[in-house]
Amino acid sequence: MGSLDRKTVDHVARLARLDLSEGEREKMRLELNNILEHAEKIQALDLDGVAPMAHSVPLVNRMRADGVAPSLPQEKALQNAPEVEDGRFRVPRIIEDEG
Amino acid sequence: MTAELLWAGATALAGMLDRGEVSSVEVTEAFLARSEEVDGTLGTYLEHTPDAALAGARAADGRRAAGKPAGRFDGIPVAYKDIFCTDGVPTTAGSKILEGFVPPYSATVVERCTRAGLPMLGKLNMDEFAMGSSNENSAYKPVRNPWDTERVPGGSSGGSAAIVAAAGAPWSWGTDTGGSIRQPASLCGLVGVKPTYGLVSRYGIIAFASSLDQAGPFARTVEDAAALLSLAAGPDARDATSIPAAPPNFLDEIDGGIKGMKIGIVKEFMGEGNDPGVRTRVEEAYTRLEKLGATIEEVSLPSFEYGISAYYLVAPAECSANLARYDGVRYGLRVEGDDIIRMTSRTRAEGFGAEVKRRIMLGTYALSAGYYDAYYGKAQKVRTLIARELEEIYERVDLVACPTSPTTAFRLGERTDDPLAMYLSDVFTVAVNLAGNAAINVPCGTSPDDGLPVGLQLIAPALAEPLMFRAAYAFEGDLGWINSREARPAL
Amino acid sequence: MIKDDLFETTVGLEIHVELATATKMFCSCEVAFGGDPNTRTCPVCLGMPGSLPVPNEKAVEYTMKIGLALGCRIAEHSLFHRKNYFYPDMPKNYQISQYDEPLCSGGAVSISGEWGETRVGITRVHLEEDTGKSFHIGGGGRIADSEYSLEDFNRAGTPLVEIVTEPDIHSAEEARAFVTELRSILEGLGVSDVRMEEGSLRVDANVSVRRIGETEHGAKVEVKNMNSIRSVARALEYEERRQRDALSAGESLVQETRHFDEKSGTTSSMRTKEYAFDYRYFPEPDMVPFEPAAEWLERVGASLPETPAARRARFAADYGLGEKDVEVLTATSRVARWFDEAAAAYPGDAKKVANWIIADLYGLLNEAGIELHESKIAPPQLAAMIELVDAGTISGKQAKTVLGGMFETGKDADQVVEERGLKQVSDEGAIESFVDEVIAENGDAADKVRAGNTGTIGFLVGQVMKKSRGGANPQMVNELLRRKLT
Repeated sequence: MGSLDRKTVDHVARLARLDLSEGEREKMRLELNNILEHAEKIQALDLDGVAPMAHSVPLVNRMRADGVAPSLPQEKALQNAPEVEDGRFRVPRIIEDEG
Repeated sequence: MTAELLWAGATALAGMLDRGEVSSVEVTEAFLARSEEVDGTLGTYLEHTPDAALAGARAADGRRAAGKPAGRFDGIPVAYKDIFCTDGVPTTAGSKILEGFVPPYSATVVERCTRAGLPMLGKLNMDEFAMGSSNENSAYKPVRNPWDTERVPGGSSGGSAAIVAAAGAPWSWGTDTGGSIRQPASLCGLVGVKPTYGLVSRYGIIAFASSLDQAGPFARTVEDAAALLSLAAGPDARDATSIPAAPPNFLDEIDGGIKGMKIGIVKEFMGEGNDPGVRTRVEEAYTRLEKLGATIEEVSLPSFEYGISAYYLVAPAECSANLARYDGVRYGLRVEGDDIIRMTSRTRAEGFGAEVKRRIMLGTYALSAGYYDAYYGKAQKVRTLIARELEEIYERVDLVACPTSPTTAFRLGERTDDPLAMYLSDVFTVAVNLAGNAAINVPCGTSPDDGLPVGLQLIAPALAEPLMFRAAYAFEGDLGWINSREARPAL
Repeated sequence: MIKDDLFETTVGLEIHVELATATKMFCSCEVAFGGDPNTRTCPVCLGMPGSLPVPNEKAVEYTMKIGLALGCRIAEHSLFHRKNYFYPDMPKNYQISQYDEPLCSGGAVSISGEWGETRVGITRVHLEEDTGKSFHIGGGGRIADSEYSLEDFNRAGTPLVEIVTEPDIHSAEEARAFVTELRSILEGLGVSDVRMEEGSLRVDANVSVRRIGETEHGAKVEVKNMNSIRSVARALEYEERRQRDALSAGESLVQETRHFDEKSGTTSSMRTKEYAFDYRYFPEPDMVPFEPAAEWLERVGASLPETPAARRARFAADYGLGEKDVEVLTATSRVARWFDEAAAAYPGDAKKVANWIIADLYGLLNEAGIELHESKIAPPQLAAMIELVDAGTISGKQAKTVLGGMFETGKDADQVVEERGLKQVSDEGAIESFVDEVIAENGDAADKVRAGNTGTIGFLVGQVMKKSRGGANPQMVNELLRRKLT
């Protein structure tokens, strides 16, 4: 099971889009390892026949009818936007994830 | 007169309003003034809404004068943890990443209470994104416990607890994912309820861990808490996990007493980890319950320890996905960057606090390729284990009892360096969220060692709130603590 | 298609279908084309804090319809999953989709063509939500050289069905036939507009080529950006050739994603890294499982229309039509229904109705740029017109004019005949006077016929038809001319 190394911390930070500082990364590594050790207690359990938990009051088939309801007016949709252009949300150039 | 208003409780206030002894404007002004008085010290509010509150109060008085009150509690003010979206009112979830965010919609809980005529006093401080057990993780300021301002009120609904304990609001709304209502209620000497999962709509509540989050009331008395819960409980078409059936009535049989009720005491929770003062008061509570006609027997919840491990995998995993939307694109903080990845990564690094980042990292890791089965997958199975153990227990007893928190309120800064120690504050509460059961914290006095509040937790099977309220009501009435002068922190 | 004994091509297709529901997948915003940006959004499809998804019942029903029409099993227990990745057109930075418990799985579609017949397995049919639309500014509209981008979330949350085939397709031709057939099935179900140019039907392909005899699979190349059925065929043809050439030259192929360029008809690499995205799938905690009730499934199954295959078989058997005509008349369910109505209204041989539609009516439709169901002619009206020809009221030639008149005005055949004086003249006396006139005016031709050159009769018949403005009964004209000249 995972003992987190620096490389993994960097990879996870990238997956999670968190630009952690150098200091943060090392601290994170130690703290996460601590927590994971604790969490690894459940590794000892044999839970092969057990189903993952569903809702405590088991529900199924909760859906809604296909009826149109009013959308937000454009100003409200955009009112919290950091940057808007031509009624759209403006973002810096999109680059592909190199993984 | 004002002091009486402040400590009377919502049910008593409703009576006074009904009899015309006082107006909603007077009541609301009293709480606004008190809130202002204590807020500087306690750090309870992130946003005050006095104008809206008074407008609401005036409208309520108008309705009563016309003989058409919106309901029994029309005109009794309330405050909301800043995790509830409120249309036109800034909502931050205690985080910098949502600084300045003004939702164009309100949570269902807010809508229903507003429709019932409750004026809104403001938005309450909380641990950032509901992650914490002391309200020291707020990005804005910590909250202090009215009982001792060097101590924490508990978390993550610290503001919601502190303001009611200090009589700045007669009641308030919080949320509970692993104990975030019950534990602060215990540390502040209040009633706090985590309802059955699905009883209260999560629509408009900023999500932390979707399968565990539930909204619930803080109040001074059990009756008040049940009343506030009633105003919001019930199916919501906007929440696919909300229970479709109409909820049971919580108040009708609340004074039915507990003769013949069987209450199980979790033996694993009575051990060395508890403060002696906590153990004393809780054991006294068990004796009192017996005196009132209940039979007490010992029960065992052997998997509870695994429950904590499971909680610290499930909650971060779900939150890592729930918090992915905070990316600087459509709302909230944006820190500039040359490209989308840099912008988003910097925004999140600066906008999120340490605890939030920790849980996002943990959750992302737990879900990542190769680890799903071992971590998240297994944790979800542990939940079933715990739910089953509780089900077996409920075959023998009606309710389960234990301390809500193993300690009384600890000092600010005491646990901030040790995340694990902080996590263990939730040791008695997480099992309830994992299983989706209901639970209530009832104050059972103050510790003989430090004079700080101690709380008794009663746990009930899903949808057994009426039974739970009945037991809590009977206990509270017999203890008689809440209406004593002792129950008012000297602030 | 390349036929040789050296290499084999394996193709699997991934098709996305935008459903024609009134509202989005998880919220009640309207689904529509066009409009001002960010005017069909709400807290849910904008991914605002505290918003929650609630599945669209109609979208689920449509997905089950698609699954049943493709011969799939409908899952007794199905879940939505979160597919986690960051992208600015994703309001939540996770897409609600399905993972290992999809709504439908294990079906098949049969296609046939010049190569023979292929049974294409359908691995799964599942439901998910669409993303918003990005506009890249600077750099000619493509991401690579853009300065910044603009996001519109009107499309975000539109219900999308994903259909994944088994790698049972082995040529561009088969792929084309499959997509055509699938499109026809979907169109018949009425669940989507299925217009590739508009994006309501999208096709991605996985292509790999290997030497025959090799046990290891070839590198899987994903091909994207094929915006029409023809593009699919062109892209696969190009890719197949590219991979064969590479292998023949001893080069090795890499697993990659390639972009099809419409103009050049070639594919180019988008992503060379063998990068497997870690989507961290987990069950969607904001929704509960889906367990379709038996009665619901039965009702959906019963409401399924005739499949294109079944219809084709029926047209061939019941109407006695040849393969080509069947293809044309069952191209869409709308056309097929129109034909069924016309054939039902016509007491004679349905082949006549088929001929009139294909040989004449389609010409008028193409000229006007409209579809069969958009024309002013109703199926029974066509049937009535053909009956007039049968009765000899109008000649076949006149009928073409009448059809034109019906097409313009929507009036019944006999009304057009009346208004334009197109009744066939079958009165022998009247015709005889025309015939006499023509013989007199065309002395040389008449002499030729008298001399035994019966071929020239055709010319004289034509002259009589001209004089009678098409109204003379041509058989009678022929008979009279022969009588008088031979």
